[in-house]
Amino acid sequence: MRKDGLDRRGFLKVGLLGGSAALVPATAEAREYNGGGIPWQPGEASPPTQAPLESHQFFTVEERRFVTAAVDRLIPPDDEWPGASDLGVVDFLDDQLAGRFGRGDRWYMQGPWPKGEDTQGYQSRFAPAGLYRKAIQAIESHCGKAYGGRTFAELSGDQQDEVLTGLEKGDVELEGVSGTTFFDLFLQNTIEGFFGDPVHGGNRGMVAWKMIGFPGARYDYRPYVSRYNEKLDLEPVSVAGMTAASIPGGRG
Amino acid sequence: MMAKKLPKVDVLLVGFGWTGAIMAQELTEAGLDVLALERGVWRDTSTEFGVTNVQDEVRYRYRSELFEELSRNSLTFRNDTSQTALPMRKLGSFLPGTNVGGSGVHWNGQTWRFLPSDFKARSHNEERYGPLPEDMTVQDWGVTYEELEPHYDTFEYLCGISGRAGNLNGKIQDGGNPFEGPRARDYPNPPMEMVYGPTLFADAAAGLGHHPFPAPSANMSQAYTNPLGVGLAPCSYCGFCEKFACANYSKATAQTTLLPVLMQKKNFTLRTESMVLRVLKDKAGERATGVEYVDTNGDTYEQPADIVILCAYINHNAHLMLLSQIGQPYDPRTGEGTVGKNYAYQITSGVTLFYDDKVFNPFVGAGALGMAIDDFNGDNFDHSGLGFIGGGYIAQWQTNGRPIESHPTPEGTPKWGARWKKAVRDSYLHAIGISTHGSVMSHRGNYLDLDPTYRDVYGRPMLRMTFDFTDNEHRMSDYLTDRAAEIAKAMNPREIKVSRRTGHYSIVPYQTTHNTGGTIMGTNPRESVLNKYLQSWDLPNLFVMGAGAFPQNAGYNPTGTVGALAYHSAKAIREQYLRSPGPLVQA
Repeated sequence: MRKDGLDRRGFLKVGLLGGSAALVPATAEAREYNGGGIPWQPGEASPPTQAPLESHQFFTVEERRFVTAAVDRLIPPDDEWPGASDLGVVDFLDDQLAGRFGRGDRWYMQGPWPKGEDTQGYQSRFAPAGLYRKAIQAIESHCGKAYGGRTFAELSGDQQDEVLTGLEKGDVELEGVSGTTFFDLFLQNTIEGFFGDPVHGGNRGMVAWKMIGFPGARYDYRPYVSRYNEKLDLEPVSVAGMTAASIPGGRG
Repeated sequence: MMAKKLPKVDVLLVGFGWTGAIMAQELTEAGLDVLALERGVWRDTSTEFGVTNVQDEVRYRYRSELFEELSRNSLTFRNDTSQTALPMRKLGSFLPGTNVGGSGVHWNGQTWRFLPSDFKARSHNEERYGPLPEDMTVQDWGVTYEELEPHYDTFEYLCGISGRAGNLNGKIQDGGNPFEGPRARDYPNPPMEMVYGPTLFADAAAGLGHHPFPAPSANMSQAYTNPLGVGLAPCSYCGFCEKFACANYSKATAQTTLLPVLMQKKNFTLRTESMVLRVLKDKAGERATGVEYVDTNGDTYEQPADIVILCAYINHNAHLMLLSQIGQPYDPRTGEGTVGKNYAYQITSGVTLFYDDKVFNPFVGAGALGMAIDDFNGDNFDHSGLGFIGGGYIAQWQTNGRPIESHPTPEGTPKWGARWKKAVRDSYLHAIGISTHGSVMSHRGNYLDLDPTYRDVYGRPMLRMTFDFTDNEHRMSDYLTDRAAEIAKAMNPREIKVSRRTGHYSIVPYQTTHNTGGTIMGTNPRESVLNKYLQSWDLPNLFVMGAGAFPQNAGYNPTGTVGALAYHSAKAIREQYLRSPGPLVQA
């Protein structure tokens, strides 16, 4: 986690290697660079970390059942293309919520917490992990009351859509948490998992990219700039260096 | 705890992005010892922005790896003084950066000059249209286009801007922007090679009598070596510019234009992970003596300096001025005071075009790749009877096809479910957008001050932003949107979707990182914080860089003008201030 500036790995490593003249410790925790050129060190890089293909770090069994059913209403499978859970979106969400994102490490999370205007944005006292936990519990409680003791996953597709629409529009009141706030974040995160790079655990086999024709993490399109009005059908690649064929479970 | 006092330096820069790097380069050339304090960490293309890593939407756009961390210091926001400002808990409307290179690392590269009339927004508009409404606190800049022209030129040649001149020394040039102010010479690089969509836009716009031209771009149209001898590579059209770092040395940033030279210099020192908490003044309150900063261990230091230059993002510069009690805070009730006055922004809208028979390959893109018209910017058109001043450009950009962010759907499509999925699939390759990019005039009720309730991780009161779009902005933006829709229809799509900017300003959806004002420049200390050289009227050895100096925002992206103002200021420091360290303009 170098980007947050708290990890001194780079500094210690330089010190151990003897370092360059460019980099000397100024104070206990700051670094100072003076006159040695670009402070480049061999082996320093910032590659992505491959998320687990199956992630069981955050959701309980019951929560996972809800999330699996719900993401498949947000992005359902159809005759040609799989839905969100087929592409690993549940694993993506589980991994994200178990980490820094789930904890809201980058968010400003100090009180007080009055209710704000819509234009003032997110004002929940919960970081994403807490919001998911609290909201799923409250949605299941709502489903139990409104649908004769059934869980969300046990409802018909139409009933599930009714619940989700109620959350989206603010018609379903949840205990202790805003249904709309949860729905907005949940839909956004689901789309992230569906269309994000498979290095984060979703979009398995880059199938969502194939569905729309996005070639992924390619970085040089100069040969294609002038190919007007032509479908290119480029095989996608991911930042992990994978092609669809090289991913377990991927559809080549 | 007592702050440890460090040895004095000639020049202290607070923040190390675009303006910090420019000032460091210019002032070390003058033989001064320059120290930059940067709150973030070192980062560079070869190690941090790998060609195989940067095209990662989740990591960079949605987990904000290049952006500032609000958990340390955010701001509070409200639309007007009747509301209670609440914290911006997560990023939305704008995305300031952190770490070396600042927000300049993740910009698109759309590099404009403001119009000559933009710098005289009050006197020019009043002369042509009569008195402005009472609450419109628009001001002249105190600097003219003619004075800035050589400095725009310096910044464009530093960056290797790709474009086509529209006005060379007063002679209008075919294919360029005929409305631009006269420039002494052409852009350093030819325009970028256009993808399909912008060519359709240009044909339709020209057919309607407008004047399309290739937008000026800090994405390289060819290999380029700048006047400092630093080389940039041809853009590879990967479509990961805005919100991303360039892995290919193809986008002008501090890293790709200045740092390879600056980091060699013995009289330049960069100290990272050093967060400046306030500017220190002498007892008489007549000079800045240095700054107090804290490292990541929580230890505080006093860093003395002869000249202090604030180079942080605009909200942080204004925040430091308020916390350090420099100048008089602006009071919206009386209109008196200047610090925090005239906060402004940008107003944007768009029209999406959907085709059945055309393929656009949106992933073949670059941050500043597109065709634009300037016929409805600034005062390039007659505003008589329109009920607003200002304007903006209208452009068809092809910046990206990143699918989490860019998956257009036609009017009436639900936001999720089977119909959404099918619409996304059917539209992805076959849709393009026309965007409008409008000015925001300053208004009496739009300002920055200190929040009475919320504090940052350092225990300081956070900045409070009070801002809303006014009728002037809505009328102007609607007018631009109507023009954009006319062009869209002339491009013969199957259907269009018009996305107007309606209602109150919201801090939630991303709009632009073009925040302006709060430390505005002007002709006198009663109305402004800074003089034309970005020098504080109150403390002559304090300078404040950045778009905070804009007395109101023009209809262009700010970076070109931010760069020009920095070079203009550096020249005055080198040629006038060092000889006679006092006010460069007599109040």
